[in-house]
Amino acid sequence: MAYRAAFDAEEAASIIDELKDLEGPLLPILNAFQERYGHVGDEAVRQISAALNLSRAEVYGVVSFYHDYHKAPQGRHVLKVCRAEACQAAGGDKVADAIEAALGIKFGETSSDGQVTLEAVYCLGLCATAPSAMLDRRIIGRMSEAKIAPIVEEIRL
Amino acid sequence: MTRVYVPLDSFAVACGADEIADELKRLANERGLDVAIIRNGSRGMAWLEPMLEVETIEGRIAYGPIEPGDVAGLLDAGFLEGREHAKRIGRPEEHPFLAKQTRLTFKRCGITDPLSLDDYKAHGGLDGLKRAIELGAEKIVAEVTDSGLRGRGGAGFPTGIKWNTVRQTGADRKYIVANADEGDSGTFADRMIMEGDPFCLIEGMAIAGLATHATKGFIYLRSEYPVAIEVMKKAIHRAEEAGILGPSVLGSGKAFDLEVRVGAGAYVCGEETSLLDSLEGKRGQVRFKPPLPAHKGLFGKPTVINNVITLASTPEILAKGGAFYKDFGMGRSRGTIPIQIGGNVRHGGLFEAAFGMTLGEIVEDVCGGTASGRPVRAVQVGGPLGAYFPVSLFDTPFDYEAFAAKDGLIGHAGIVIFDDTVDMMGQARFAFEFCAIESCGKCTPCRVGAVRGYETVKKIIDGERVAENIALVEDLCNTMKFGSLCALGGFTPYPVMSAIRHFPEDFHGGREIMREAAE
Repeated sequence: MAYRAAFDAEEAASIIDELKDLEGPLLPILNAFQERYGHVGDEAVRQISAALNLSRAEVYGVVSFYHDYHKAPQGRHVLKVCRAEACQAAGGDKVADAIEAALGIKFGETSSDGQVTLEAVYCLGLCATAPSAMLDRRIIGRMSEAKIAPIVEEIRL
Repeated sequence: MTRVYVPLDSFAVACGADEIADELKRLANERGLDVAIIRNGSRGMAWLEPMLEVETIEGRIAYGPIEPGDVAGLLDAGFLEGREHAKRIGRPEEHPFLAKQTRLTFKRCGITDPLSLDDYKAHGGLDGLKRAIELGAEKIVAEVTDSGLRGRGGAGFPTGIKWNTVRQTGADRKYIVANADEGDSGTFADRMIMEGDPFCLIEGMAIAGLATHATKGFIYLRSEYPVAIEVMKKAIHRAEEAGILGPSVLGSGKAFDLEVRVGAGAYVCGEETSLLDSLEGKRGQVRFKPPLPAHKGLFGKPTVINNVITLASTPEILAKGGAFYKDFGMGRSRGTIPIQIGGNVRHGGLFEAAFGMTLGEIVEDVCGGTASGRPVRAVQVGGPLGAYFPVSLFDTPFDYEAFAAKDGLIGHAGIVIFDDTVDMMGQARFAFEFCAIESCGKCTPCRVGAVRGYETVKKIIDGERVAENIALVEDLCNTMKFGSLCALGGFTPYPVMSAIRHFPEDFHGGREIMREAAE
């Protein structure tokens, strides 16, 4: 499910074509690119800016503003761990430290084999079943140190 | 056929509800049991999620928290007949957590199939919209104004006044925008209603459209809510098929279309003007006001931008009348508010009640204190920009003005509970850190202030010129509070200053210490 396609200019053009008549099409296009290719690279920025008649600086400015968009490809899996207050109150910092140790990477880093990127996220809206995490699009509540090993195993597969 | 309810709400899904539903389906097949699985919303008792319910002759009987692997045992125990089991809860509506609530906005949530329009109508759905069509714009606005409804996103601005401004502003196109960028830690009411009763938001937005002559709506939904995005999109599709949305809303001749737009992980886009910029495809930076969004909002057109709960509260107001809604509450805070309790909490979840309950009643009586069993030390009310309240302020009633009088805010009504192991100096540092990460960068007090604040609190933690640096933080907070463009920079001082004021013992008692002693 975490499989991301390699960037393909022809396909990218058809994604842009499909969405460009929306009111305010830039975020829907960027969301689609990020989802499909795992990043929004220079080539994509060039293509989008040409299609929407925007400057590359404008598109780049948007890409760099939002946490969800990445200039370079991330790991095959992305593990987001909530670091916000409700999860802190429920022992989330300890769980987060244990995840860093289990994966051997820090927050914001990608493992050297490219399997996983570890990211902090601020609130998944699961504050009453905290601590929380999200592996790709799958949400995980009541995170505990016991739940880390199976997640790491899944990531390593 | 026995109907079994397995919630699709994120609380339940994050704790295995999808696996449980699959397990039940497989076992029912194997054992030749005639079971229909309905994926409902959550009742809001999060500690019991995934909470399964089975329809019996004595009504619905709940079991929870169920874990993947539990289903075979449940079936063996006679779960389908509502028999005894260690995890049997009984009739959910008789559970004290639910029995003590006043559910107006969330009256269907957890009870109905969120994607069934028949269920929706059978439980009072569309009554508000039908009456709105009969009333017409001016009288809809009058009902909403009479109800005393105020913005549930946090600002508490009277909804009727906002709607009236848009109604009276002439334009060829107007918009309704639902702010579903619920980024505050400790809040999940928007998510729960979108997952558990999405037609309620759709109905509320259609009512807002009729009230203001707006023909297009957007739901700006955060990317961290994958379940809500999916449910909301399906519900819009069904509403279009049923003629609730489209060129003629319920045959009224008035058009209203709706679109879900997914955000991209920027907390500041919960601020209404940066949300509008984001919808337009720009960096989500805060706008100067005036012009107000009601005059010049999305794409420069008059725009109603309301929080999800505000909009979802209007169907009930229109159905029962403004006076009915206004009867609940206290002071200038009318109606009900869905309070969300999370963090280190024993019985957390969503509790909808009329304004006026005290903080202590909610934290101690309703929620039973902490999950760790240790004493409650602090609660943060209103998200990362809300103040930390000590137990000594637990007599504060839930009311916009009462919270403001205690230098706090209700915000989106999220409460995060901390036990006595919390380090308030660390929480103050985090408040600045979060502001630095999420600042849109447009105004200096927020962009620079957050970073300097973070550095200064670090110095206090290290024991460096403590009294002097606390004074510096206070001065900085003053600048941020009055000099920032929006609530991100403007309200970050709330958690910081409340931590310093109410928990001075955590800041080395404000005294100078030796650097070594900080360890």
